[in-house]
Amino acid sequence: MHNPQLDADGNLKHLLTIEGLPKKILTQILDTAESFVGVAERDIKKVPLLRGKTVCNIFFENSTRTRTTFEIAAKRLSADVINLNVGTSSQSKGETILDTVDNLIAMHADMFVVRHSQSGAVHFIAQHVPDNISVINAGDGRHAHPTQGLLDVFTVRRYKPDMHNLRVALVGDVLHSRVARSEIHALTTLGVPEVRVIAPKTLLPVDVEKLGVHVFHDMKAGLKDVDVVMMLRLQNERMSGALLPSAQEYFKTFGLTQDKLDLAKPDAIVMHPGPMNRGVEIDSSVADGHQSVILPQVTYGIAVRMAVMAILNGGSPSSLRASASEQTGGGA
Amino acid sequence: MKIHIKSGHLIDPKNNIDSKQDVFIAAGKIAGIGKALDGFVANQTIDARGLIVSPGFVDLSARLREPGSEYKATLKSELQAALAGGVTSLACPPDTDPVLDEPGLVEMLKHRAKQLNLAHVYPLGALTRKLEGKLLTEMCELTQAGCVGFSQADNAITDTQILWRAFEYAATFGYTIFLRAEDYYLAQNGVAHDGEIASRLGLKGIPAAAEGLAIASILRIAQETKTKIHLCRLSTAEGVELVRQAKKQGVQVSADVSTQHCHLTDHDIGYFNAYANLKPPLRSARDKAALCQGLKDGTIDAICSDHTPVDDDAKLLPFTEAEAGASALELLLPLTLKWATENKASMFESIAKITSQPASILAISGGDLSVNADADIAIFNPNTEWKVSASQLKSQGKNTPFLGLSMIGKVQYTLLHGQVAYQS
Repeated sequence: MHNPQLDADGNLKHLLTIEGLPKKILTQILDTAESFVGVAERDIKKVPLLRGKTVCNIFFENSTRTRTTFEIAAKRLSADVINLNVGTSSQSKGETILDTVDNLIAMHADMFVVRHSQSGAVHFIAQHVPDNISVINAGDGRHAHPTQGLLDVFTVRRYKPDMHNLRVALVGDVLHSRVARSEIHALTTLGVPEVRVIAPKTLLPVDVEKLGVHVFHDMKAGLKDVDVVMMLRLQNERMSGALLPSAQEYFKTFGLTQDKLDLAKPDAIVMHPGPMNRGVEIDSSVADGHQSVILPQVTYGIAVRMAVMAILNGGSPSSLRASASEQTGGGA
Repeated sequence: MKIHIKSGHLIDPKNNIDSKQDVFIAAGKIAGIGKALDGFVANQTIDARGLIVSPGFVDLSARLREPGSEYKATLKSELQAALAGGVTSLACPPDTDPVLDEPGLVEMLKHRAKQLNLAHVYPLGALTRKLEGKLLTEMCELTQAGCVGFSQADNAITDTQILWRAFEYAATFGYTIFLRAEDYYLAQNGVAHDGEIASRLGLKGIPAAAEGLAIASILRIAQETKTKIHLCRLSTAEGVELVRQAKKQGVQVSADVSTQHCHLTDHDIGYFNAYANLKPPLRSARDKAALCQGLKDGTIDAICSDHTPVDDDAKLLPFTEAEAGASALELLLPLTLKWATENKASMFESIAKITSQPASILAISGGDLSVNADADIAIFNPNTEWKVSASQLKSQGKNTPFLGLSMIGKVQYTLLHGQVAYQS
């Protein structure tokens, strides 16, 4: 089966999921992102790589943070940005997903950044756009959130450069998490030898171990000697019901506290894709503590998204690095 | 009109015929097998050299979409598709709009089908009103109107008390109940087999146990109430095993599998291919193997198309939002032959699965070529290779996961009431 993310030469055409992407491409994205980290620290935070291009953020599901970071990333590349919050309203008016997309194609956008509540919806859109448009998945249902997965491994790599010698634990609601799936694929593709998931059985997908992870149901055993702890968000509606009895019990059993974190390696880092539920999945003192790299994740998110857009726009790694070190001629 | 089908290889499982025999037809009936009656002069001779002559196929489930969803398909389009696929008799499930729960609707459907004169239509009536699983339908009246059994289509009866009563009532009159076994709660919102693929794709799964649980309850109640049960569209290894055991214990149960489930697994969802969104969901390779084996050893009695034409507006959607179902009438023969080839079953065994066996489950005439039976006949070339394309399908539904694939086996002639009703 042809991988819909790659063109005939094996270059990235769309970014829909980490699964099935070769290590070479992931590394290319991460290396390119390194060169963009510096851009944000300058006075003029822009490079002209996407000048004259139009990036369209199509959000069928609400989001503030992800949409904003994509918008900033596109603007720092000098692209024009259109934000479209389709929500559920236009579909309740009877417009199909393809109608919406066709309209945007007619407006000559060059790149679509799409979020949708249904797994597979972004693949569907990618199958129906003309050749000159690239699609970036900004989260589809429970399936994938590849830029989040990439920014997470980017963060890991910055703090723990030797990826081949790491133990990483993902904690929480893996079942409903597109972030977890993308993180798992990114970590395993980059050669992290041991990825663990820690969760109650109600929050783990069937056969999750076939994704290449070790399963734990006990925080103490699961966190022992890990280098990286990746917390997952627990949606409000799942805190009490048939999946979990209460937020309190969840915090007691699977919430990250300093006590439990002390079982990890002393220099372990703590990550969270946000937004956090303090006191449910993570204790405030840990979220704000010295081992937390939660805010750097956000900063790196912009560099990683810039890298993805620049590569989809056709830049070679070396030319991108060179462009990143130049400044734009102003006014862009 | 007298027709002489000459030099074909006749396969008629019910009469245990598997040899080169000529078939003679007069006045819409089979007038002779092997040799003609004295004085038989044919108006038409069909040269069947190198071809297989078989009873017209009997399909246990084909949705015709009338009444209510004529934008998806019409009786005319789908019955033409049936003839192109060699299908001369088919049962249609009651999940039309409105539901087939009133005698008037069934009479209308039978009447429309008869006027079209394209294939025999045998409606399955709704077991409960509006298929809601609450109130029984007028089963005697519906039977008089033409229903050959009762079904819930894809809707489960969650209340076991009502299920028990429905079985008892149907058993009073000896009616057969056709059920697709799936636990309502475990299947809720599910769109794929609960396994590695669903986990990777982030799709809500339906565990295989959803089928096993439902079959266990159905069989237990059927045993208590002495009801004739037909289990529709088995999809799991555990389902096959439960049926195998029940048959050994003498429960009156039969079962079918769809052509899709004999050949595809959840891997075929690929990158969210909505054509692979089916009910029941495509399951694991192990389940598929058990289904194929179950067919071979007789646990599963019949293969059906489970034909479900879906319009583009309902299929051109993300996987989870697309309407389930595949257009399949025209692929019934080649996919049945493919099962035979892959499982070392004979042509004779495979033809029985789509002729005599389903006819016996529906308790209808048809599915055999006995002398004086209706001359409903399929004549096909078992070696013709062809490619499935949207333009070639007669069905209004072009939604098949086999699109673009090669098929082996093609119907050349379909005869209905002793007349050539389709010729390729």
